[in-house]
Amino acid sequence: MSEPVLSVRDLVVEIPTRTGVLKPVDRVSYDITEGEILGVVGESGAGKSMTGNAVIGLLDRPARISGGEILLKGRRIDNLNRDQMRRIRGKEIGMVFQDPLTSLNPLLRIGDQLTETMLAHLDISADEARDRSIAALDEVGIPAAASRIDSYPHEFSGGMRQRVVIALALCAEPALVIADEPTTALDVSVQAQIIALLKRLCRDRGTAVMLVTHDMGVIAEAADRVAVMYAGRLAELGAVREVVQRPRHPYTEGLMGSTPLASRGQRRLRQIPGSMPRLGKLPAGCAFHPRCPKAQEACRVDPGPDLSADQGRAACWFPVEQVEVAE
Amino acid sequence: MLAYIIRRVAQSILVLLVVGLVAFSMFRFVGDPIDNMLGQERTQADIDRLRIELGLDQPFVVQYYKFLSTAVQGNFGVSYRQGRPVSTIIAERAPATLELAAVSGILALTIGIGLGVFTAIRRDGWASNIIMSVSLIGVSLPTFLIGILLIYLFSVELDMLPSFGRGEVVDLGWWTTGFLTESGLKALILPSITLGLYQMTLIMRLVRSEMLEVLRQDYIRFARARGLKERAVNFRHALKNTMVPVITVTGLQLGAIIAFAIITETVFQWPGVGLLFINAIQFVDIPVMAAYLMLISVMFVGINLIVDLLYFWVDPRLRADRAGGH
Ligand SMILES: Nc1ncnc2c1ncn2[C@@H]1O[C@H](COP(=O)(O)OP(=O)(O)O)[C@@H](O)[C@H]1O
Ligand SMILES: [Mg+2]
Repeated sequence: MSEPVLSVRDLVVEIPTRTGVLKPVDRVSYDITEGEILGVVGESGAGKSMTGNAVIGLLDRPARISGGEILLKGRRIDNLNRDQMRRIRGKEIGMVFQDPLTSLNPLLRIGDQLTETMLAHLDISADEARDRSIAALDEVGIPAAASRIDSYPHEFSGGMRQRVVIALALCAEPALVIADEPTTALDVSVQAQIIALLKRLCRDRGTAVMLVTHDMGVIAEAADRVAVMYAGRLAELGAVREVVQRPRHPYTEGLMGSTPLASRGQRRLRQIPGSMPRLGKLPAGCAFHPRCPKAQEACRVDPGPDLSADQGRAACWFPVEQVEVAE
Repeated sequence: MLAYIIRRVAQSILVLLVVGLVAFSMFRFVGDPIDNMLGQERTQADIDRLRIELGLDQPFVVQYYKFLSTAVQGNFGVSYRQGRPVSTIIAERAPATLELAAVSGILALTIGIGLGVFTAIRRDGWASNIIMSVSLIGVSLPTFLIGILLIYLFSVELDMLPSFGRGEVVDLGWWTTGFLTESGLKALILPSITLGLYQMTLIMRLVRSEMLEVLRQDYIRFARARGLKERAVNFRHALKNTMVPVITVTGLQLGAIIAFAIITETVFQWPGVGLLFINAIQFVDIPVMAAYLMLISVMFVGINLIVDLLYFWVDPRLRADRAGGH
């Protein structure tokens, strides 16, 4: 296997507060290889956005990386200074945010936002940047790109704006794209189109994608591998088909049980009892144990085996034994 | 957009008509012009003759119309006190006030916006904290006190700057300017700081709070995520969005500078229209007072219109909405 585009090793993010230090991301490790889409799922507050923000170097104070390493194409990027990190953002790592209605500057033409991004990273002339901007809009499916380039964001619908945002994130051809809930704010009717677009563009360019979502359906549709997060920790990591059809962590199993998925052909939806604990109130041991049907004494004491990027699938002492179903 | 502008102009004219009515009413209700103009030994015949001469026997509406039509031509009658046309007197005094207001306005705008942006970008720095604390003084001290303090410090104690008047001015025929002589420039310093300080701190605090709000927006995060330079993020993306809400307040504050010039001109005995107005009140010189009132309101209404048009220029969303959407 070639070197991964992104390697996250034992990443810890801390937020110091008056009542103690919170760890919204706690010893998380994963890799994403070229052209691969890693889905990151979990309930709201699980630490998905924090992980993405840590990778692109946009953690809001007082949150900070307090441990672990982030490697981009083998080069450590978590200890770069501000200007070095700025050069990586947009150029090596692109980002797509949740709400396309607020992601674009309302006072600047979309063409100007595209060209400024290219000119910040690529050694090209303004004219060339404009030509490439039109091509970029065309690629993300904006009709009549050449005439729409001088429009302002408010002149586009939500779905179209998210296409513009994707064009912006990809315009300097980054090796990695972090898409944080890219369809959550969109109409159901356009969600699938946006996911398909993102998938196609990244496949074509071999871009690695970290696709953050709380929607298992989107993961099943788009991702190659999936990382399940719970209360800042990685609960399970594996190939999408494996995780969806044979979840090993009881939390993943519960998550699957509560999601209608065609591929699983299940009849009834079950909710996991209780809710994810707040960060300041995490129980000792495995954070999931109070809600876990299989919890035993060990789970109340020890947080479970660490998941490293290449070994083990579920951070659980007593993973679900899947009966091998004939396929 | 054209319909909107026409509507705004119509509103402005209405406002001016009402102010005109107030100004005109002063002639009738504040003192008796006949009393003011005739001496002690008047006869009924004198009174009647003057009444007809001044048109005071005509119906109210006719008088109002006449007042307006002459005022529009810049004719506000003759000063009771100086016996010269009010328009001539104001033309002599206007350059002093306008130069003072211009310098104060430019100071307030540039320093206000500059410090506002600085304290927003470096929001936790020690320099920002000092600036913010000092600015509280600027907002809370009354103008006349600031003027007197400055005079005490720079004129009385340090003897560096003059405490009153415009210094030497150069007469350009239609305009007298203090910009061309050293004493004229020196004389401008204390009054313009006094006049502009309140507006400067107000603009600064407003720019700061609006900019902090803008810096929290998603599009600023996205601009950072695209790897734009901090300078581009702060000035190209954040500052422009900050200016949208700041424009109205700033516009009105610049108008207020000319109106508040009355106090500063009194403290520094600055020979402008504000001082003229204060003296006019003491002598119940109604034509001068009426003319001042009209001029100030024309200016406020004008600034309001310009502010509205600036909105269109800055914010493309308004251009579309007001044009009738699409
Ligand atoms: N400034 C902060 N102070 C305390 N807790 C915070 C702060 N910012 C975020 N958090 C917590 O960090 C956790 C992770 O948040 P996030 O990564 O946004 O979750 P999500 O998986 O929904 O994207 C949440 O539980 C949130 O409450
Ligand atoms: Mg999130």
